[in-house]
Amino acid sequence: MDLEFSDSEKRFRDEARAWLEANVPRTPLKSGDSREGFAEHVVWEKKLHAARWSVVSWPAKYGGRDASLVEWLIFEEEYYRSGAPIRVTQNGIFLLAPTIFEFGTEEQKERILPAMSSAERLWAQAWSEPEAGSDLASVRSHAERVDGGWKVYGQKTWTTRGAFCDGIYGLFRTDPNSERHKGLTYLLVDLNQPGVTVRPVERIDGDESFAEVFLDGAFVPDTNVLGGVNQGWKVAMSTTSSERGLSLRSPGRFMKAADRLVDLYQRRPDPGLRDRVTRAWMDAQLYRLYTFQTVTRMIEGGEIGADSSLNKIFWSEMDIRLTETALELLGPDAELLGGSPHAVDDGDWMLDFEFALAGPIYAGTNEVQRNIVAGRVLDLPR
Amino acid sequence: MRFSFTEEQRQMRDALRSSLTESCPSGRVRAAWKTPDAALRIELAEQGILAINLPEDAGGLGLGAQDWVLLAEELGLVAAPVNLIETLATNPTLAAIGALDLASQVGTGAEFVALEEPGGFALDADKAAGILAVRDGRVGWLRDATLIAETSVDGTRRPFKVDGRFEAVDADATDLLDRAALVAAAELVGLSRRMLDLAVEYSKSRRQFGKPIGSFQAVQHHLVDALQRIAFAAPAVYRAAWSVDTNHPNRSVHVSMAKVYASEAALFTGRKALQVHGAIGYTFEYDLHMWMKRAWTLSSAWGDVRHHTDRVGQFVMSGGQDA
Repeated sequence: MDLEFSDSEKRFRDEARAWLEANVPRTPLKSGDSREGFAEHVVWEKKLHAARWSVVSWPAKYGGRDASLVEWLIFEEEYYRSGAPIRVTQNGIFLLAPTIFEFGTEEQKERILPAMSSAERLWAQAWSEPEAGSDLASVRSHAERVDGGWKVYGQKTWTTRGAFCDGIYGLFRTDPNSERHKGLTYLLVDLNQPGVTVRPVERIDGDESFAEVFLDGAFVPDTNVLGGVNQGWKVAMSTTSSERGLSLRSPGRFMKAADRLVDLYQRRPDPGLRDRVTRAWMDAQLYRLYTFQTVTRMIEGGEIGADSSLNKIFWSEMDIRLTETALELLGPDAELLGGSPHAVDDGDWMLDFEFALAGPIYAGTNEVQRNIVAGRVLDLPR
Repeated sequence: MRFSFTEEQRQMRDALRSSLTESCPSGRVRAAWKTPDAALRIELAEQGILAINLPEDAGGLGLGAQDWVLLAEELGLVAAPVNLIETLATNPTLAAIGALDLASQVGTGAEFVALEEPGGFALDADKAAGILAVRDGRVGWLRDATLIAETSVDGTRRPFKVDGRFEAVDADATDLLDRAALVAAAELVGLSRRMLDLAVEYSKSRRQFGKPIGSFQAVQHHLVDALQRIAFAAPAVYRAAWSVDTNHPNRSVHVSMAKVYASEAALFTGRKALQVHGAIGYTFEYDLHMWMKRAWTLSSAWGDVRHHTDRVGQFVMSGGQDA
């Protein structure tokens, strides 16, 4: 066991910190989940890419630095520590890209990955449908075989940043006689074409970053089938395990949130809440430890597997406890939104709390995660 | 950065696991409720475990917390009726004060050195060659001690209220108590794992409404929540072992985190395991209560959740950084 960072890991951290300190925008950008703010965020993403910080763990030929998993976690810590903008590219670089690395052809890698790391093309995930939420295998969207590819029909929903992105990835039934997990194909669908209608849906925090995507004969070339026809379930499961497991919510995010909470406590101390603030800090540290343990296991040849579900349950519920504690510290000021004359920290804590509430729902509800752990880790009967 | 145990450390754990599976079934724990199990100390001594963190000139193996933390977890797994905490905590103290003869006797199981928990009790103080205590932040012997026997909810524990003439020695009190808390935390992780195993196995065999109760989501989610707490407590305990070995400047904070999460995991798992078992778990005849009661005592001993949370809080609120 060696929990010290190596000299090269320390140098990597120093380099990332120095670049971020010099380049992170001084004034916060507008919300990346609003149309205006999204455009500002894309400009930031291009700047990150130009300095080769957008996808540090990827191979250099796709825009990365070949960084190790440990270095990637270090970068994430530094990224959040610096107060840099949220990553509007994240559903591409963290969730689609691992699937392309695993299942994509060379042609797909060379075509899709560089444009993703440079924020030329942004990707949204399109798993949910009106009748397929937790029960993802009940998707009704389907694809019909045509010359050179497929025409897709159906409706996807809760597509985060779908109104601003260029493409979606999701599951489509390609075998009309199939049921449930069989006969599904993982397709990449260009949103800028006839047969696609995207309708923004306002979230409880007022941002328009949800979208419904209506597909009525949009074309998907064969080159945008990922992982083989009728192989979609297997391919999608690899994405969902990376989403829950490591890449979606790295520890740096919660360490930063905990530090902000401690700072808030020091400005507005309330001895009755001291232990809860301490606990939020401890939980963030614990999540970091758990993640380093997982990463070590992966480096030594193990897999994340269903442990990623335990991970997702932990961070999503931790985030709610943390932000609830902040709102209690704020007392009557908790309700004030940004711009309100007496808003504390520009009303960010209420927005953070609202976003935290989504955590146990997206990326597979926590109930589904518990079912997965019950079946695959504890081997409990169905 | 490498957060995993060495092959040797895992092999030592596996060896102890197979020997304890043979030698320490639950019936032996139950028997220790009636008659203290003196033989178990000798058996552990024969495997080198009581001397694992003694220097070689005291007959020890000269190993550290990373080497014994998994072994302590194994002893928790079987709820071994033995005072490992006192021995692993006091061994380096005995070495530091030059009490090598006594230390080597402890290592062979011939002698036992008791350790008073601050504000609490000293286990098996009546059989001890000496009683170490911490008073006003200093380590010392309690000489000419008077002992008042108490009765614990865990029938394998024999606590004594002790008092005596305090004879200070030159040893670090914080490190001593941190080691005790860390051994307790490791045992608590082991206790938790076994309680969860018991509940999982029971939920697969017990049938109601025509199905194993383990197929019901309400039951499954109890068990998953317990697993989650155990899975997250373990790395806190392992990290603290590394921090103790490397004299990390924040080692006390790390020990406190370990004790908080291990205590909560054990208390939580005990409750969930009892709930999943239903009334059978509430009987004296069934084994679960012996594990639960050890969990109750060890979670409050050597600093409870509140004590250790407060210690972390002092660090965090004074601007401490730990990244």
